[in-house]
Amino acid sequence: MPATSKATRDQGHARVFDLDVMSLRELNQALHDLAPGSNQTAWEVLNPKGNHSVAVGVDLPVTIDVRGSVGYYCGGMNSGSTITVHGSAGPGVGENMMSGSIIIKGDASQYAGATGKGGLLVIEGNASSRCGISMKGIDIVVHGNIGHMSAFMAQSGNLVVLGDAGDALGDSIYEARLFVRGKVDSLGADCIAKEMRPEHLELLQGLLDRAGVTDVKPSEFKRYGSARTLYNFNIDNADAY
Amino acid sequence: MCGIVGLFLKDKSLEPKLGSMLSEMLISLSDRGPDSAGIAIYGAPSGNEAKITIQSAKPGRDFPGLEAELAKILGAPVTIAVKSTHAVVRTAPGKIDEAREAIQTLRPDIRIMGAGDVVEIYKEVGLPEAVVDRFDVRSMTGTHGIGHTRMATESAVTTMGAHPFSTGADQCLVHNGSLSNHNNVRRELIREGMKFETENDTEVAAAYLSSQMAHGKNLGEALEGTLSDLDGFFTFVVGTKNGFGVVRDPIACKPAVMAETDQYVAFGSEYRALTKLPGIDNARVWEPEPATVYFWEH
Repeated sequence: MPATSKATRDQGHARVFDLDVMSLRELNQALHDLAPGSNQTAWEVLNPKGNHSVAVGVDLPVTIDVRGSVGYYCGGMNSGSTITVHGSAGPGVGENMMSGSIIIKGDASQYAGATGKGGLLVIEGNASSRCGISMKGIDIVVHGNIGHMSAFMAQSGNLVVLGDAGDALGDSIYEARLFVRGKVDSLGADCIAKEMRPEHLELLQGLLDRAGVTDVKPSEFKRYGSARTLYNFNIDNADAY
Repeated sequence: MCGIVGLFLKDKSLEPKLGSMLSEMLISLSDRGPDSAGIAIYGAPSGNEAKITIQSAKPGRDFPGLEAELAKILGAPVTIAVKSTHAVVRTAPGKIDEAREAIQTLRPDIRIMGAGDVVEIYKEVGLPEAVVDRFDVRSMTGTHGIGHTRMATESAVTTMGAHPFSTGADQCLVHNGSLSNHNNVRRELIREGMKFETENDTEVAAAYLSSQMAHGKNLGEALEGTLSDLDGFFTFVVGTKNGFGVVRDPIACKPAVMAETDQYVAFGSEYRALTKLPGIDNARVWEPEPATVYFWEH
């Protein structure tokens, strides 16, 4: 797209930001300057080109469509907005998300959704290692596979994986629920396979619905979670830490 | 942090642009490492000459007259092309070891960056853009190349501590990470007869690969060996005369993204290093798996 003298413009209902013309700081500042109740609810970001920190710290229920691939920490700390990346995401997408949702149409790199406290992160491709590390209430749905050490020290929330999981899934997990449809290379310390009770099938169906997954049944998944043997120090567990 | 790039061309029509493509890739990662930067470029083989890239802190003192003095000792034609603090010495392929020795005798302060039939290595303290401008890397042509911008953790911020490290003919390596057993491995390699110029952990990794390949392993097999013999965090990108390889340690903390099209294979620490490459929107882009060796050869 040719550079214009006016860096942003309104196109239809959406406010368009071209990062070939504007700085990332200007984009994020404009998003932070939004007042509650603003009619400017639709945003489009062009030419992200792997830039870091695209749309971090958004605090209002707006929709943001990012056309291309982003670098580190896209949508970090998101509170209420719906961010769709029409490309892939680098490390730390949606880190510490509070609420709202982030949808990645491509793949995500390491530690997607790390420490997230709420909201929904959907990765339509594959996620890399440490997906959902230390998750604290976020829901993560990955259409493809996830890498090793995913949900390490996960404390709360749900991780749904339609594909396979790498080594040491749920290592030192506290309380999060992990649902994996494919194979799991290995389980980490204190992570065990658990029974799928009716309430879990219902919960999983709700998560799949929210993530727009229609061709997969909850009964195809296995559930994993904490054996809770590491909650109190026991010398017999020393090797497991 | 450190930033690494690599580009291995499959399409000959891109060869005139190798220097400029690699330069742009490296500059995009400047904020991953401000301490030093370096680049190794593999030119087209001429078949009848070998090259030694040399460096001097005092080029005005060390380089003048060296051409004639070297030619006299070697009894063979020598040409020297000076670029800032570096110079490329060209002579007959059979004279390479003799030429190295003669350079060290004639000018003890000159450092040898690398040698081989095709490789040229330029590295200095400073940001990628400054290094690229200083050595006019953008105008260089070639078949493949690797580059590095350094955030120093394991050894001094000096020219010799910059990457790439070259420890064998036409071999070089760039590294993001830190090795924890480099002192032990260095001792073992010294016992084998390898020589080291720095305390840098990356030089050990480069020498390890040279040693493995000297024992008859190919690049892929040598890279496999790093997974069991080197301890620590690493993403290595390696060049040989006709090859290009990538490996990450089993924990894979250090970032890496690769892209492949019919025209090239590219590596970057981050995706943004790849965004200016031709056809990147339709390239196969993936994150290399931990403990997995990737390599390509012409």
